[in-house]
Amino acid sequence: MAYSNKVIDHYENPRNVGSMPKDDVNVGTGLVGAPECGDVMKLQVKVNPLTGIIDDAKFKTFGCGSAIASSSLATEWLKGKTVDEALAIKNTDIVEELALPPVKIHCSVLAEDAIKAAINDYKKKQAADQPAAGAAAQPTA
Amino acid sequence: MAIKLPIYMDYHATTPADPRVVEAMLPYFTEHFGNAASRNHPFGWEAEEAVDKARKQVADLIGANAKEIVFTSGATESNNLAIKGVAEMYREKGNHIITAVTEHKAIIDTCKRLEKEGYRVTYLPVQKDGLVNLDELKAAISDETILISIMTANNEIGVIQPIAEIGAIAKEKGILFHTDAVQAAGKIPFDVNALKVDIVSITAHKMYGPKGVGALYVRRRNPRVLLSAQIDGGGHERGMRSGTLNVTGIVGMGKAAEIAKAEMADETKRLSALRDRLNDRLHKGLDEIFINGSVEHRLPHSLNISFAYVEGESLLMGINDVAVSSGSACTSASLEPSYVLKALGAGDDLAHSSIRFGLGRWSTEEEVDYVADKLVSVVTRLREMSPLYELAKEGVDLSTMQWEAH
Repeated sequence: MAYSNKVIDHYENPRNVGSMPKDDVNVGTGLVGAPECGDVMKLQVKVNPLTGIIDDAKFKTFGCGSAIASSSLATEWLKGKTVDEALAIKNTDIVEELALPPVKIHCSVLAEDAIKAAINDYKKKQAADQPAAGAAAQPTA
Repeated sequence: MAIKLPIYMDYHATTPADPRVVEAMLPYFTEHFGNAASRNHPFGWEAEEAVDKARKQVADLIGANAKEIVFTSGATESNNLAIKGVAEMYREKGNHIITAVTEHKAIIDTCKRLEKEGYRVTYLPVQKDGLVNLDELKAAISDETILISIMTANNEIGVIQPIAEIGAIAKEKGILFHTDAVQAAGKIPFDVNALKVDIVSITAHKMYGPKGVGALYVRRRNPRVLLSAQIDGGGHERGMRSGTLNVTGIVGMGKAAEIAKAEMADETKRLSALRDRLNDRLHKGLDEIFINGSVEHRLPHSLNISFAYVEGESLLMGINDVAVSSGSACTSASLEPSYVLKALGAGDDLAHSSIRFGLGRWSTEEEVDYVADKLVSVVTRLREMSPLYELAKEGVDLSTMQWEAH
């Protein structure tokens, strides 16, 4: 299998590998895929409560080079976007940017799913947190 | 010693031809180019003589008589001829065939075709170590059983089946026994009489011979095995396989068999030491790696390891100057993880994480060390970015987690 240079670059120099605290109310976590299918992506976004903009994004991926590249690229794209802008990222954008071959399109689909799952998790947490929103907005550090 | 990259460590897939083999073949392309079936002139006689010599060399490798060797185009053809040839010839006697789920596709798909034609096939499961259970084999035998086909050594995990025991069972029940010995022939001692096998598939390119030539051992007495030819024509090879003989290839196969037999003991010692060195070094550098298949019943040059929490194709990408294979779905044409590893019951995730190492005649200690060290560093790096590794370290039991399949 020949990989595009962009896939190789993301594989060799993955951007934003890591984890953020799952229970932080401003962090949304998406975990998609299944080990028996050969790929699992964990994608996290941290939203600035004041601006509503994604300040930080992190990923960890078990999967082929294209899966790693798709999630790495997704984290790059997420930073600086609003939650709604993030939801507008389409798997086809990832396919195009990384020049993924047809057999690897599912990697981009998984990345899109991971973005949606992370944002949904963030929104769910925010909704649950509403009554105590004033308290949570207090600086903690 | 400087290492030459890329490193070839995929000797189960194929082997380079030994220069001594190539040398033996060369005159038969140009000088002695005759058709072995030309009975009326010296060109034909020379070719026939060369084929006879090779037939003897191949027969000697497996303890057979030269007359029992049928040359073919390779193991896939040998397997097809063995199974379809028996099925057709012994149809009156019965319609049941027993094989195993971990067989090569050349066996499985041939059996599947026969099923469509009304034959009944039992695909025996294997145990965790990759071996078939002899009690299950016995239980599967019926009055209708005409053939048992169990491979000698597996191409993915290198596990060696209890061929002598299966041979004894087949003999006792009067059932023909075929074995695909492609990975084993020339690598471990193999004697058709000691093992009580009736039909054996072998190929040249897995033992440092050329591609495109193989052989089928077909027993001539006790019992005399008859096969329905699958290719019709001039009636070559005792009528079992028509087609002008591939004289150069056959000469090469003969020479390869002769060398394999002469050097087997030394090579086994050297390769098993290298294989153990590779295994030890990997185990020293990494936790949670698992050998797939029996450690005890294994080809000397063979190692298949699952690196938990890391996907095989991404692993191969990280060691792109090393030629190995993976059971990962992403590396297969079918996009399915290895059916052999799945059959061991270790879970699909470990199949996705597997690498097959095949050492061979030109593998060196330096290569083994290079590959092991590189793998340790790549696996470590990939685990740092693996959500599964992170979850496992947090104490989450991955097998009980609910995954969102996609």
